[in-house]
Amino acid sequence: MRIDVNAFLGGYPFAKVPGTSPQDVLAAMDRVAVDEAWVTHLPGLFWRDPTAGNAWLYDTCREFPRLHPVPAVHPGLADWPDVLREAVARGAPAIRCDPCYFALAPSGAEMVALAAAAGAAGRPLLLAVRLEDARQRHPNDVTPELPAAAVRALIRSAPAVRLVVTHADRGFIEEVHFGSTPDDARRVWWDISWIWGPPEEHLATLVRTIGSDRFVFGTGQPLRLPEAAVAKLDLLDVTPDERAAIEFGNAGAARGRKR
Amino acid sequence: MLIDVHAHFFPERSLRPDWRAYNASRLRAGERIGIAVHVTSTLGTFGLTSPTYFPSPDDVVYGNDFTMALQREHGARIRGYACVNPNYQEHARAEIARCRSAGLIGVKLAASRRADDPLLDAICETARAHGLPILQHIWQGRRRDWPGQEASDGAELCRLAARHPEVRFILAHVAGGGDWRHTLAVAPAQPNVYLDLSGSGVDGGMLEACVAAVGAGRLLWGSDITMDTGWAKLRYLKHLLSPADFELVAWKNAARIFPPRSFPGD
Repeated sequence: MRIDVNAFLGGYPFAKVPGTSPQDVLAAMDRVAVDEAWVTHLPGLFWRDPTAGNAWLYDTCREFPRLHPVPAVHPGLADWPDVLREAVARGAPAIRCDPCYFALAPSGAEMVALAAAAGAAGRPLLLAVRLEDARQRHPNDVTPELPAAAVRALIRSAPAVRLVVTHADRGFIEEVHFGSTPDDARRVWWDISWIWGPPEEHLATLVRTIGSDRFVFGTGQPLRLPEAAVAKLDLLDVTPDERAAIEFGNAGAARGRKR
Repeated sequence: MLIDVHAHFFPERSLRPDWRAYNASRLRAGERIGIAVHVTSTLGTFGLTSPTYFPSPDDVVYGNDFTMALQREHGARIRGYACVNPNYQEHARAEIARCRSAGLIGVKLAASRRADDPLLDAICETARAHGLPILQHIWQGRRRDWPGQEASDGAELCRLAARHPEVRFILAHVAGGGDWRHTLAVAPAQPNVYLDLSGSGVDGGMLEACVAAVGAGRLLWGSDITMDTGWAKLRYLKHLLSPADFELVAWKNAARIFPPRSFPGD
């Protein structure tokens, strides 16, 4: 069993990216033996109202049951509690808010309120540090990267908050983990998509220093080849139980399920 | 057979106290991936006693000695480039000759001078005389200068390659940062430029675009400092290419552009 918690459907505004349809993403999942994926409507992240892509997302996930919707919630829009309630009602495994893409203060009052409400509703809040390598972004794509300080502040803001952070590198993860209390750090999960394998061995180091229970399988597809996350695990020396936890067990824990 | 045309091992005199573990990790991962030959370059002391991209002549010699020692120690598993700093013209040319006579199989130009600088002409002529390809560090679509290096982009390398049509150039790490689309717009017209696919990037659509731009016959597989992303691209290429074209990228193109008998079975 392998669950990709970091996948998208739909086009990317800054580059032509192939394979963004639900059928294409499912074919890519088959190629790398991913059973299920948490998916977000990618173009919506760049819309004034990012939640406007949620209806299509729900319809698509109903049609393709291996895809699970991670809808966008924008806490700067007045109807956000309704959007969150709908996400819960539709069985979304997580909700998504990327404050830098939505032009929100990353740890401001709106984000704090959303994180607390999502936690109270039993849903982790999913955030991306970045979507692309800063060295190659479109000149007009000047969205700042999510600061580690914001993740530390959000997880500290309420005891029910749970976060799934994608596209973070080793330095970011270490700053948040060791810059948080142990109780707080246990409520953050990190996808492996942006963590380097050998010879730098960042992932192996992190598994050793902060534990395999903090990591979830994520690819960033279709913006990134899903083969990368699988190759990373194939180069990682962990027990079968640890690998299974990263591939699917920890995603369940992030959702509040007992392992 | 799989040849990694863009590898690095760290010497003791470098800024990495974990150099032994790093090198062991590369070899261990290489075994798992199936890499038969790592073609490595040592950029001086990687910043310890001179800058990585501007290595002093003493550090150039130290680094190349380390590469030669790796080649001796590991038999067919490791091959090396002679790294030179073209600002020291006579030293660079002599170093290429010294390294070639010791069995190194290519020239590495980091970012000590822009690729189209006339200073590189003598280096290219020396490489041609010895039948060596040149691996040139490239920033894809450089829009400004970056600290610590006089980086070049694909257009600048292609200008150099046009002046030296008998030399084979390896355009480094297409997936190593910067806008690879910029490189793919200029590389097709310069037939003696080969693209090395190494780098941390695994962008959706990048490999398809590389194949469309220059064809499988001008692509080389490599990893640089992220072997997981290298393996990912290799796996995707297997899906993308015919078996014959996959073999070209995995090793046959490399075997063709490096000197004869550089690799096992040559």
